Amino acid sequence: MASPLTGYLLVAALIFAIGLAGALTRRNAILVLIGIELMLNAANLNLVAFWRYGPHPEALTGMIFAIFSIAVAAAEAAVGLGLVISIYRHAKTTDLEQMNRMKG
Amino acid sequence: MQEGLAFTPQLSASNIAEWLWLVPAVPVVASGVIALLRQPKRKLASGIAIGSLCFSLLLAFVAFGHVLSGWSQGFAVREVVNFSWIQVGSAQVELGWVLDPLAAVMLVMVAFVGLLIFIYSIGYMAEDENYTRFFCFLSLFAGAMLGVVIANSILLLFMGWELVGLTSYLLIGFWYQKPSAAAAAKKAFLTTRVGDVFFLLGMVWLFAQTGTLLFYDHGVGSLEPLALGGLLVHHAAWGLTAAGAIGLLIFAGAVGKSGQLPLHVWLPDAMEGPTPVSALIHAATMVAAGVYLIARVYPLMSAGAIIRPFVTASGSTPALIVVTWVGASTAVFAALIAVAQNDIKRILAYSTVSQLGYMMAGLGVGGVAVGMFHLITHAFFKALLFMGAGSAIHGAHEEQDVRKMGGLKAAMPATFATYAVGMLALCGFPLLFSGFWSKDGILEAAQHWSVARGPFYLLVFGALLTAFYMTRQVSYVFLGEYRGHGHPHESPRVMTMPLAILAFFAIALGAVGTPAWPWFRGFLENRAVPFETAGFSEPGLAALMLTSSLVVLSGLGLGWWMYGNKSTKAEEPDALEKAMPPVWAVLRNKFYVDELYGATVIAFYWWSAKVADWLDRKVWGGIVAGVALVFSGWAQLNRFLDTNVVDGGFDKGCEEIATSGGLLARVQNGRGQIYLRLLAVGVVILAAILIWSGRQ
Repeated sequence: MASPLTGYLLVAALIFAIGLAGALTRRNAILVLIGIELMLNAANLNLVAFWRYGPHPEALTGMIFAIFSIAVAAAEAAVGLGLVISIYRHAKTTDLEQMNRMKG
Repeated sequence: MQEGLAFTPQLSASNIAEWLWLVPAVPVVASGVIALLRQPKRKLASGIAIGSLCFSLLLAFVAFGHVLSGWSQGFAVREVVNFSWIQVGSAQVELGWVLDPLAAVMLVMVAFVGLLIFIYSIGYMAEDENYTRFFCFLSLFAGAMLGVVIANSILLLFMGWELVGLTSYLLIGFWYQKPSAAAAAKKAFLTTRVGDVFFLLGMVWLFAQTGTLLFYDHGVGSLEPLALGGLLVHHAAWGLTAAGAIGLLIFAGAVGKSGQLPLHVWLPDAMEGPTPVSALIHAATMVAAGVYLIARVYPLMSAGAIIRPFVTASGSTPALIVVTWVGASTAVFAALIAVAQNDIKRILAYSTVSQLGYMMAGLGVGGVAVGMFHLITHAFFKALLFMGAGSAIHGAHEEQDVRKMGGLKAAMPATFATYAVGMLALCGFPLLFSGFWSKDGILEAAQHWSVARGPFYLLVFGALLTAFYMTRQVSYVFLGEYRGHGHPHESPRVMTMPLAILAFFAIALGAVGTPAWPWFRGFLENRAVPFETAGFSEPGLAALMLTSSLVVLSGLGLGWWMYGNKSTKAEEPDALEKAMPPVWAVLRNKFYVDELYGATVIAFYWWSAKVADWLDRKVWGGIVAGVALVFSGWAQLNRFLDTNVVDGGFDKGCEEIATSGGLLARVQNGRGQIYLRLLAVGVVILAAILIWSGRQ
């Protein structure tokens, strides 16, 4: 535990693992989206942490990168929620187990 | 071919010699042109053929005149034009032509007799459907024969020789719908081929020994003293010199072509062809080619013998002795057969064989001039006889059996008159006819021959027989009463005119070869001949002439006594048959030579063919079938392997792929979360690998 970076990274890894587990195991599409958001934010946390403890903390690169990433994630969440709503209207369900037509 | 002392050889080629090649080339080209004509263009075809031969005859006369003027000025004219044809390794194959008295005389004879026969053919073949084809072949023949005559290279001579053989085959088989004509053509071709093989061997040997194919080549040709000397010191087998052996091989070729014993069998059968063909090819020119060949290579045949050119051969060579004996035996043998034949053309054919025997014997005992003189006179009177026979056959409605003719004298006076001239010339009727002088020349030479007397007696006996069988034939055909069908009629003028011209020459030609003025001989032997009646007073000559006259007259008398003016019925047996049945049977069947060949050569070939057929079917066929079986078995095995092993393996492989594909397909089940899980597993594995490799 020499550098505080390790702590941030561990937290980020934990959040990512929780997000991944949620995305992979939940049957509800909304909860899978939430898992994906968690993983994205774990990545953002890493970006900011590497910036803060990196060689050039005076330039605001990491923070800008994180803000961009959040903006993209927001757009992505909007698209994802749109898809989910559209699927729900079509199939009257949000259960991913029953959405099995995504194959050749 | 002896060069007289007073004559200087002249070797440089004149313009005439340079253009001599046109003589054979023009008829050959004409034949090519005629071959392209359509069948109905009859007049054009015969026009081209006759026109081309007229041109050749004109050139031949010019060449003859050239040689004659050289001769009268005391030159031994021998002009050669040689050129290299192809080069094989270091050896040159050279061709060329020669203009000397021998060639000049022969050129004029062939072209002149040929032209008359062409004209005669217009009448004779007028009804024939394949008129254009006939003239095409005739032209080709004339060209080839003229080529043989002018050849200065034994190879060129051989080419012409074979072409002549080919046209002979084509013309004998001209009426190929007749099975007998087709068979006769085949027989002629195969029989002459036997001789030609020996000729070819002789040619190759000569080339190997002398290194040149040319006869005369300014001192280095194969017939010139330098090469002959080399040939004489080289010994072949059985005590022969190379010159003698090569001479005998070449003579074998002449035996085939000129119908000498034992290859004479084809010539009588060749009478199946149209009569002009019999006259042109099988009496006047082609069969004389053998005699001409011997005359041409005479220096080779006589090499080593001391010949006193103007009297007779005082020494002889093995080759010439063979030539003489073969010729003399043939002369009598064929004359005997001729006695008992009933087909008018066959009688003449055997007579031709017999006369060719005389020529050969003449060459053997007396040299070139003696044999060649008989060749020239014979060409005229035998062409006359054949064409007269054709005219008689025509007049008697295509009847060839003499027993069914008879009495044509009244109906066909022109034919009878000319035929009688030809017959008397052939018999050698004293003093008036050319045949007497030429035959007498041969008899005289044979009488003085130093080697043996046998040929002389044979030839005298042959003369008796000749007179006898010709009297028999004429009596049957022209005297007595007509025994055929329909009414006989005289032939058109286009046929009788050539007969009259030939009849004139059958008499007149004798004038150039009498003992008083042996012009022909002097011309061929390059020496001047004065006219002197003292020629008749040579020792023994008068006695010989008397003897031969008596022989001829007794032959005529005997024939007259047995056949003359007796109107025998067609079915009645022959007078000779009544007198001597066993002799008649042997002669009638031509001494059973055909049967002998049938029982030996033909049977041998038949059995060889049988054996070969058996071998082919059983042995070679068996081997082939065995090999085929092995391969077919191999193929069966391959097929089995293919269906059961290869295919099986392949099917298994396909099945595996299908199974594994099915397994993989189950992964893609359309559920996004499964995909994500797999992705995660992949990421984990990748991370593990990265961490693992980072450790090291």
